[in-house]
Amino acid sequence: MKLQELTKPWAAFNYGFLDESAKRELRRRILKAIAIPGCQVPYASREVPMARGWGTGGLQVTLTLLKPASVVKVIDQGADDSVNASSIRKFFGRVGGVVETEDTGKATIVQSRHRIPEEKLREDQVLVLQVPNPEPLRPVQPDISIARDMHGDADYGQLWLVLYEQLVKSGRIMQGAEYPSLVNGRYVITPSPIPRWDVPKLNQADHLTILSAGREKRLYAVPPYTKVEPLVFDDVPYRVEDHHDKTCYRSNVTGYFVNELPQEDGSSAYELSDSHFGIKHIRKAEGEPVEIGDTWYKNGRMTDDRA
Amino acid sequence: MTALNVDTPAVPKRQPPRLMLAEPIMTMRGISKSFGDVKALGGVDVTVYPGEVLGIVGESGSGKSTLLRMMNLEDTPDTGSYNLVLPGHQDRNLFDLDRFERRMLRAHHIGIVYQNPHLGLLMNHTSSGNVAERLLIAGNRNFAELRERARQSLAASEFPTERMDATPCELSGGMQQRVQLAKAIALEPAVLLLDEPTTGLDVSVQALVLDTLKRLQRDRAITMVLVSHDLGVIRTMADRVMVMRRGLVVEQGLADQIFQDPQHAYTQQLVHAEL
Amino acid sequence: MNIQVSTPKTSALVLRVDGLSKQFEMHHLKRTLFAFENIQFELGEGEFILLKGENGAGKSTLLRTLYRSYLPRAGHVFYHTREGIIDLASAADVDIAMLRRREIGFVTQFLNARPRVAAEEVVAEPLRQAGTPHAQALVEARRWLDAFGVKKQLWAAYPSTFSGGEQQKVNLARALILPQRLLLLDEPTASLDRDARRALVDRLTELKAAGVAMIGVFHHPEDVADLIDREIHLKAIRVEDGER
Repeated sequence: MKLQELTKPWAAFNYGFLDESAKRELRRRILKAIAIPGCQVPYASREVPMARGWGTGGLQVTLTLLKPASVVKVIDQGADDSVNASSIRKFFGRVGGVVETEDTGKATIVQSRHRIPEEKLREDQVLVLQVPNPEPLRPVQPDISIARDMHGDADYGQLWLVLYEQLVKSGRIMQGAEYPSLVNGRYVITPSPIPRWDVPKLNQADHLTILSAGREKRLYAVPPYTKVEPLVFDDVPYRVEDHHDKTCYRSNVTGYFVNELPQEDGSSAYELSDSHFGIKHIRKAEGEPVEIGDTWYKNGRMTDDRA
Repeated sequence: MTALNVDTPAVPKRQPPRLMLAEPIMTMRGISKSFGDVKALGGVDVTVYPGEVLGIVGESGSGKSTLLRMMNLEDTPDTGSYNLVLPGHQDRNLFDLDRFERRMLRAHHIGIVYQNPHLGLLMNHTSSGNVAERLLIAGNRNFAELRERARQSLAASEFPTERMDATPCELSGGMQQRVQLAKAIALEPAVLLLDEPTTGLDVSVQALVLDTLKRLQRDRAITMVLVSHDLGVIRTMADRVMVMRRGLVVEQGLADQIFQDPQHAYTQQLVHAEL
Repeated sequence: MNIQVSTPKTSALVLRVDGLSKQFEMHHLKRTLFAFENIQFELGEGEFILLKGENGAGKSTLLRTLYRSYLPRAGHVFYHTREGIIDLASAADVDIAMLRRREIGFVTQFLNARPRVAAEEVVAEPLRQAGTPHAQALVEARRWLDAFGVKKQLWAAYPSTFSGGEQQKVNLARALILPQRLLLLDEPTASLDRDARRALVDRLTELKAAGVAMIGVFHHPEDVADLIDREIHLKAIRVEDGER
């Protein structure tokens, strides 16, 4: 017997970049996170060829889920074409041999930073959110051990206290992104820095959402058809950003989350934050055969048929 | 005058026949606690009756604050039992409760005012928010109601409610104690624990805070346990007094009896030192 | 030794004092101060006993011992409560506190001034504790403040700001507003003006007729001469070096 027969042939890297034991650990952690919706599960965050804080958490989860038939979309602040988004997407193509896409409807895995696409995700799609800070209690409790006890006791009064103080000082809730939300009536999560606009999209969604923080080495999940409730007072309803009447100057579409672009004359123009969603509308207007999927928001309002 | 030997045995505890005109609301039995070689509490019994103020007096290291921490379920003794009579309660040793049960019991039924406001208050939150937090833990989720109840509670503590949204850092020591008090009474606790509530305040401010406490006690008949090394404070507030020394109760009785006719050498020394 | 034997009575018994002794252990002086020894007497409903004796004979000490401000050294104070018989000399503190609230009053010339509570509220408090509605208790309180000669302008003011004489009147009104079963009177007339003294005697007469048992020390016993049923004389006894 020769040594060569006992070892694998040399390769530059494993399929999907991560070694198999790393993927196995991550899969187990993901299963646990799905089993306990909203519960932060620690994992051994590996080194990847990207700096911490640039989406290494999401990257590791996506690498674990990759298979050659996967179709992957990567979003950064709604855009597919930022340096970070395209670098990550190309990386998946190289180490996983997957199909790269910008079309939400065609993707099997959507890795995202700061946005959830406007088109509804389906049961066969997985959303991976990159999380800088997974701990909703950090603003009120810097000690992780005590914060874990507080999660154990569902001791979330102080999160409401933060909202109370915002109402007292500003007359309205000032929490723009990372809006703390109760998952399945048990654990409060931070849904990563998505805008308030996107939080209701997690509630009773058809798709699976996995949220992963590479620097903080923790991941958590919102399984399909799970209740996600933003923390609110009985008498102060949850409000999303006032974008329902804004029209995208490029695609002429109204009623979705937009970026505000300051103009020379002091006025503002608006463009769709979900860039490929806008591109699809433009192409359709130009007569191309484009299929635009069902959207969560219709006429600028969340369709709340599942709540 | 020769040096006084105050190390005489405690005044024997009497077990008189009871008329049973009142049932206790709090009962502690045989509380012992050692920290390493130091015996902080050597088998202390405490009984508190509804609507009364029990004063616990003793010098630093007498174990009085440790005992109060036990009452607040912040600490567990080596031996001993603790029972509070609460609506719908079960007769069980509260030291057997787990962390979560203790937290809920504290949130709903025990109020505490610490000497150090940093222990009792979130210093970077508003005063009204500090009071609201207690209501939030108890599950109140209505903003207008939280605000109104915080205002009422602060007003009852004679805190100037126009300043209810100032942070404790911006307030004087006396006002911080009033915020603590408002927080402690927000849920109408079964018992209000006061750990040297006026120590460290100016004498005039101290008098005002005690005045508020007395007024609250009179208007709401709140059951209080007051720990202080200051006999004047105990004399002003307490109905009954327990005198502690080195982890033991040396003497207890009606407040006027303790002050007018102290039995134990140590109590006599304390009382005479004050006069 | 000063021993008194009670005279037999016909009315229902309120108090039976048996072999009551009091001494003060002054630890820092290593001395024992004997106040009185082996006192016995009985007190019935509607009876009035005057305590007599020179200064230092232990008159006030006896009253305070009966009230349990002082702990008796030996003996019994059998008190017939509405609930049953209890020995005040050994009863639990909580029972004593409850009896003080309901049945046993101690009237002195000193007011335990309560901060920022209006005079009429101070006087009304015992009634309110006994369950009288607030408005009705206030009406009653004002009647008694008036009877003791406290000016109307002062009724809503805080007694802690009053002169000594006014404070004492408030104190008396409060102590006497509720018909107790047993009243211990420690020189309640001292430094009272004539009108107030008369109001006090009138009230005591009324209470006696209602069956309240009273025992007291009076600076001017002639004020209450008509009320006195019996007298008890106390004699000063020696101060001894403690042998402990």
